Amino acid sequence: MRSCLLAFLLALLVPAAASAQDNGNHAPEIAHQSWSFSQPFGTFDDAQLQRGFEVYWNICANCHSMRLLSYRNLGEPGGPEFSPKKVEEIASQAQVTDGPNEKGEMFQRPARPSDHFRSPFANEQQARNFNKGALPPDLSVMAKAREGGPDYIYAILTGYTDPPKGFELAPGMHYNKAFPGHQIAMPPPLSDGAVTYTDGTKPTLDNYARDVSAYLMWAAEPKLEERHKTGLRVMIYLFVFAVIMYLAKRTVWARLHHRDAAHTA
Amino acid sequence: MAHPSTYKPGSRFGAWLDVRLPVARLTHDQFLAYPTPRNLNYWWTFGGILTFMLGVQIATGIVLAMHYVPTAEGAFDSVEKIMRDVNWGWLLRYTHAVGASMFFLAVYIHTFRGLYYGSYKAPREVLWILGVLILLLMIATAFMGYSLVWGQMSFWAVTVITNLFSSLDMVIPGLGTTLVQWIWGGFSVGAPTLNRLYSLHYLLPFIIAGVVVLHIWALHIPGNNNPTGIEVKTARDVVPFHPYYTIKDGFALVVFVLLFALLVFYAPNLLGHPDNYIPANPLQTPPHIVPEWYFLPFYAILRAIPNKLLGVIALFSSIAILFFVPWLDSSKVRSTRYRPIYRWFFWAFVITCVALGYLGSQAPEGSYLVFGRICTFYYFAFFLIVMPVVGLIERPRALPGSITESVLGYDAEQPVGKVPPNPPARARAREKVL
Repeated sequence: MRSCLLAFLLALLVPAAASAQDNGNHAPEIAHQSWSFSQPFGTFDDAQLQRGFEVYWNICANCHSMRLLSYRNLGEPGGPEFSPKKVEEIASQAQVTDGPNEKGEMFQRPARPSDHFRSPFANEQQARNFNKGALPPDLSVMAKAREGGPDYIYAILTGYTDPPKGFELAPGMHYNKAFPGHQIAMPPPLSDGAVTYTDGTKPTLDNYARDVSAYLMWAAEPKLEERHKTGLRVMIYLFVFAVIMYLAKRTVWARLHHRDAAHTA
Repeated sequence: MAHPSTYKPGSRFGAWLDVRLPVARLTHDQFLAYPTPRNLNYWWTFGGILTFMLGVQIATGIVLAMHYVPTAEGAFDSVEKIMRDVNWGWLLRYTHAVGASMFFLAVYIHTFRGLYYGSYKAPREVLWILGVLILLLMIATAFMGYSLVWGQMSFWAVTVITNLFSSLDMVIPGLGTTLVQWIWGGFSVGAPTLNRLYSLHYLLPFIIAGVVVLHIWALHIPGNNNPTGIEVKTARDVVPFHPYYTIKDGFALVVFVLLFALLVFYAPNLLGHPDNYIPANPLQTPPHIVPEWYFLPFYAILRAIPNKLLGVIALFSSIAILFFVPWLDSSKVRSTRYRPIYRWFFWAFVITCVALGYLGSQAPEGSYLVFGRICTFYYFAFFLIVMPVVGLIERPRALPGSITESVLGYDAEQPVGKVPPNPPARARAREKVL
């Protein structure tokens, strides 16, 4: 009966899992990458997140906002864990509008760790105007907003190739083998040596793509490490609890056998 | 079972209260001494699991509501704020979101169990009808809750589902459009729609809780059905609910929560859709609009019918038909265990429902549409043809003389003549030992 129950649970879950992969029918195959955080007990690699942030900060941030993040997040546990001084330094590179002051005027000041990431464009219209009509999407939860998550981001960033013969590329578009429809407005953002790495990691396009994908996964799921850690404790607790409950159940129901035996005798 | 009360006040205060507000007597009689058939299997533990899930959803939901901002501009960001800045907010939100899935998993198992063992048959028709009512309220509540995230899939699911009512234009021109605009509070899905969905999403769970009380009341009058489907005959057929079923339900609940926790902590977005992490955009339709997994079978039925109005009618009928099950089934025997023909149709029905779930996740074209139509036909045929007809032509297998006999293979209090001609294998094996 119990295996029957399990099979039934699985049968109910299968269509759900199938639906989760629904877009796969039309989108190109996204190859799985190995990530430090993808295993049940996985954690983020702080050094990788710091490198990924450098890539974002120097390249992606020129067009893409991350409006749901604050600079303080960069120093919080479970993330890149920059030192408080470094976080202040990063924040102060951005100018944000504050106010009004006593005279009723708005003014510019360097950002503080408590400020949200400053967006590169004031509004959608300005963003489109600077990007040939295309809107660079916000990256805050990008790693959860696409099928494949960080695998997808990595595939896009490394997916720029020459179009196959006979492929009609619209003006201003770029060929990308991982993008649905293969025509993407974003020009190839990364190239070898574009960002300086200070920790000895090779400054290659592949490493940039991998690091920034991990960074975006953290940005989308900043509590992942806490979740994995708490989950382990909860699972152990529940497992022991289940064993105790099972033994208690058997003990209680054994009384019934005594009752039956007494009755027959 | 409406059984005589066995409560004895243990103190003078207890005796004093008992003649004024007998809550202790109620608790004792209905949740401790309540005589329960001794042979309930683990499929019967889902009632308790469902009560627990309702509690989880209400508790997590109330705290989430303290941080949620029900405006078109603020909704999506406030959900993300819960995930990022509220203490344990990620746990609350993932528990609530995965909890909806677990709630439906449990309610579907509970419903199939009722169907298999004939728990809807007299005298439990009202119990069954209240259960279907709870299912209906759950569907409405889950749909509204999903909309509150105000992501792309939320927004477009609301658009698609509310637009179903516009099919009434085919009956009276203008009626559907008027109704849909009344539901929206405007000329499209927008801020007023979100506000009313939020209000109702907070209200409905408490109505569910009320109907659950009626559901349990209606259970405790005739008492539990059981896997044999035969009535309780002697005191030996029953055990007190506590400790026998508190401990059995408790064990099953912990195992269920284990699966629940596995999803919450290690795959919280497995059952969700990535598009719902994109803020709602009325100007951009997602390539595929799919509901949450638990609505996929109904979605498949809706899309299997080429005519919009008839599709909507089929969608609502697929749930409404459950209300009539007690009168559609013509069998004298409750439990499918003793119904050699019907059991094949039953399992075909279960497979059909799972298949409809898969088909609902696929684009309605080509072979998917063909299978969708076949499955939809069988879904309704099961209720309208199989249930009335099979009960008339089928010869059920011999029933055991009593519940005790079905468990032990013998029952000292039952006359020998009632022993079935073919006792189950397990019973025969026991007889040899004895």
